[in-house]
Amino acid sequence: MTPRSDWRGFCAVIAAMLVVMFGLPQVTGLFGLVQATVFIAMAMVALSQGFIWGFGGIMSFGQSAFFGLGGYTYAVAVLNMGDSSLPLVFAVVLPAVFAALLGYFMFYGRISDAYVGVITLTVTVILFNVMNSTAGDIYHIGNAPLGGFNGMPSIPPLNMPGDASAALDPEQFYYVCMGLLIAVYAMLRWLLTTRFGRVTVAIRENETRAMLLGYDPRLYKLIVFTIGGGIAGLAGCLFTNWGGFISPTVFGLSQSAQIIIFVLVGGLGTLIGPILGAVAIEFVISVIGTQQTLNADLILGVVLVVFVLLVPQGVVPVLRHAVQSLTQRRRRVPVGAAKEARS
Amino acid sequence: MALTALIGFNVLSSIAALILLSIGLGVIFGMMKIINLAHGEFLMLGAYATVLSTNAGLNLFVAMLVVAPVFVGLVGLIVERGIIRFLYGRMIDTMLATWGLSLGLVGIITTIFGTTVKGVAAPLGGFSIGPYQTSTYSLFMIAMAIIVVAGIWAMLRFTRFGLIVRATMQNPAMAAALGVSPPRIYMATFVLGAALTGLAGGVLVPVSGVSPTMGAAYIARAFITVIGGGAAMVTGSSLAATLFGFIDQVVTFKTTPVFGQVALLISAVIMIRVLPQGITGRFFRRSL
Amino acid sequence: MTVPLLQTSGLTMRFGGVTAVDSVDFSLAEVELRCLIGPNGAGKSTFFKMLTGQLVPSAGSISFRGHDTTGAQTHEIARLGIGIKTQVPNVFNGLSVFENVYIAAIRTNPPKRARMIVEEVLGRTGLTDIAFRIVGQLAHGQRQWVEISAVLAQEPDLILLDEPAAGMTYEEVVRTSELIREINRAQALIVVEHDMQFIRMIARTVTVFHQGRILVEDSVDAVLNNQAVRDVYLGKQAA
Repeated sequence: MTPRSDWRGFCAVIAAMLVVMFGLPQVTGLFGLVQATVFIAMAMVALSQGFIWGFGGIMSFGQSAFFGLGGYTYAVAVLNMGDSSLPLVFAVVLPAVFAALLGYFMFYGRISDAYVGVITLTVTVILFNVMNSTAGDIYHIGNAPLGGFNGMPSIPPLNMPGDASAALDPEQFYYVCMGLLIAVYAMLRWLLTTRFGRVTVAIRENETRAMLLGYDPRLYKLIVFTIGGGIAGLAGCLFTNWGGFISPTVFGLSQSAQIIIFVLVGGLGTLIGPILGAVAIEFVISVIGTQQTLNADLILGVVLVVFVLLVPQGVVPVLRHAVQSLTQRRRRVPVGAAKEARS
Repeated sequence: MALTALIGFNVLSSIAALILLSIGLGVIFGMMKIINLAHGEFLMLGAYATVLSTNAGLNLFVAMLVVAPVFVGLVGLIVERGIIRFLYGRMIDTMLATWGLSLGLVGIITTIFGTTVKGVAAPLGGFSIGPYQTSTYSLFMIAMAIIVVAGIWAMLRFTRFGLIVRATMQNPAMAAALGVSPPRIYMATFVLGAALTGLAGGVLVPVSGVSPTMGAAYIARAFITVIGGGAAMVTGSSLAATLFGFIDQVVTFKTTPVFGQVALLISAVIMIRVLPQGITGRFFRRSL
Repeated sequence: MTVPLLQTSGLTMRFGGVTAVDSVDFSLAEVELRCLIGPNGAGKSTFFKMLTGQLVPSAGSISFRGHDTTGAQTHEIARLGIGIKTQVPNVFNGLSVFENVYIAAIRTNPPKRARMIVEEVLGRTGLTDIAFRIVGQLAHGQRQWVEISAVLAQEPDLILLDEPAAGMTYEEVVRTSELIREINRAQALIVVEHDMQFIRMIARTVTVFHQGRILVEDSVDAVLNNQAVRDVYLGKQAA
């Protein structure tokens, strides 16, 4: 039962994304496309956080753990296998499996929401510490030296399936990234209209009532968390491809914070919000990075505090309410017609 | 024999460090159930205050025992009035806002002082346990940990303020009905917690490098010690610190410090799962 | 000899040194309507929470159609065909009335049948006009009915209601009592209540709890005229 306005909103967003996908290469050169791909990777990990938090009610402070795992998995696999097709798959599957294990540990232990945050934060710190200490020749998986705090350089990029020598050029890589982002967004949108998606949202609304109706919240949260982990892993793989490089900073607290800021600024409870939030913040960071007077951490910190105190629901819902109240004054809509936050 | 004594001594100093690191957080969490993610940065500010005043000529011990707590206590006051007090009861929002605060503090310090690591050499020299050399400063740290824990415990148990704090912790509405202002107690507790953290940051300066991002190294450990400890501010954090410090040192002795840290974190995660209310949620429930 | 729909045997709940429910034997037949009453602290809510799986009994057993459910988890109990309405309304505040009831119906039905069930249930509870209002914005009495609607949409064999009339106006109470009598034509109910007017409107057999045990179990007229019951409510010791 998707109200017509939801379907129209969905089509509008997909159309806009397709316009960007095919339009951007016309208006910007290779450098712009390369920049765009890191924005897309960030938008995807933001989408994973927005999905599990805004719709699943899971407060994970460590999505960067799956992001980093995806990146490292791709790096290790492609350095060992040559062709990038399987590594790409592993980059999604391994973080998802890890998320499933961690999720089982947390949700079947009935840990309260805030503690889920603490545990996920701790896991990402553990990964950071472990990967940071793997400098030195003895730390390698097959042909891939883990590099410790130096990271892993010269990671082979994605290639045309089956032909390891035909690496994707920046424009092709951009199309792949954008295509994947649209696909993930559409999949999540669809998922939310299924019974699974609707029950997930209901569990977020009132876990007790969902249990009283016979649903097992632990299983739903586990599945949502696993999906989020897989998507974050894919984003990590794209990120690694963007720079040809990965280091333990992907597991850092700063990275985790950024992902949460993307969602908060963009709008919790929407899918398009995190995407827009990620693009906006990444853009701001890249602009700040080019000048020395203001520190990036300081700006991010201030943004986070301001948003928590003043605009906790984020930009997209605020904008949407503004648009709705404008259109409602023109059409006579029955009082209280439901517009569920599902875009 | 001497080796056992050395390991034992190292375990004690590891526990002492954990206690010092976490007691400020424990006071704040125990009182207001607030998870202050800027805790690491409070440590960092205490460390910077200590290093800067020492470099300006002040005695090291005065710097770490007076300047650091006072300075960070003041910072805590500003933070409480400016941010925290609007977010009571909103645990996730407090976590987010304090995370933003932590980023902001790192940013400010980096802007002012740059990213180079400063330091102060450990004073007091060394002594030997059998054939092994160890640092006398560690003895000082152990002593400080004991003093701080005993001090907080005594304050809670014997002073009027401590009684008011305990009452407000258990039932703020009732305390208010008896004439206590819970917001003021929260403010005082937050300032106290911040000051203790500043003190810890100062005390830790000789054993750790001082840099804007040093807080990140401590935050996870402090958190899990507090959460693993449970609601009782003093007993909880102390018991958890003992357990984790022990695990850390034993694993470090067998492998490397990194694995020691990792073992600590993993055992904490397991413990939160097994005892979601922390150690003092199940044992020693009525302790302070 | 038919198996009772619900039966407890020696059911006990201890909290530390306090025995809230003391070795209670209780039995409910199919399609029976039973009211549980008793003064505050008598143990009715604790007993109720053991039936719903929100508390694990210290001793004794609960069985549903001969099937042991002692200590089962809440969602497992709900799946057996037991619908539960809690004392404090547990509804999905951010969702519409329709969605609240739909979530209940969709667990065991395909979407088309689920929609039919929702429309039918909303008709029975009189909520069709407000089907698309967000539940969080509704008045308390309406929220209680939304919760009852969600429970009905599960198509349960046994419905447990904890203070369904709490906070309702007189007209709402009358309507709820009619609804309960109508439900009872095909489904069994256990109703925990304080409101004596409401009890008189719906009750057939009443079980009176006192100090963790069953004091009296009899028809509503007999119970309400029972001196021991009156004494217990007025605080005098029952003989």
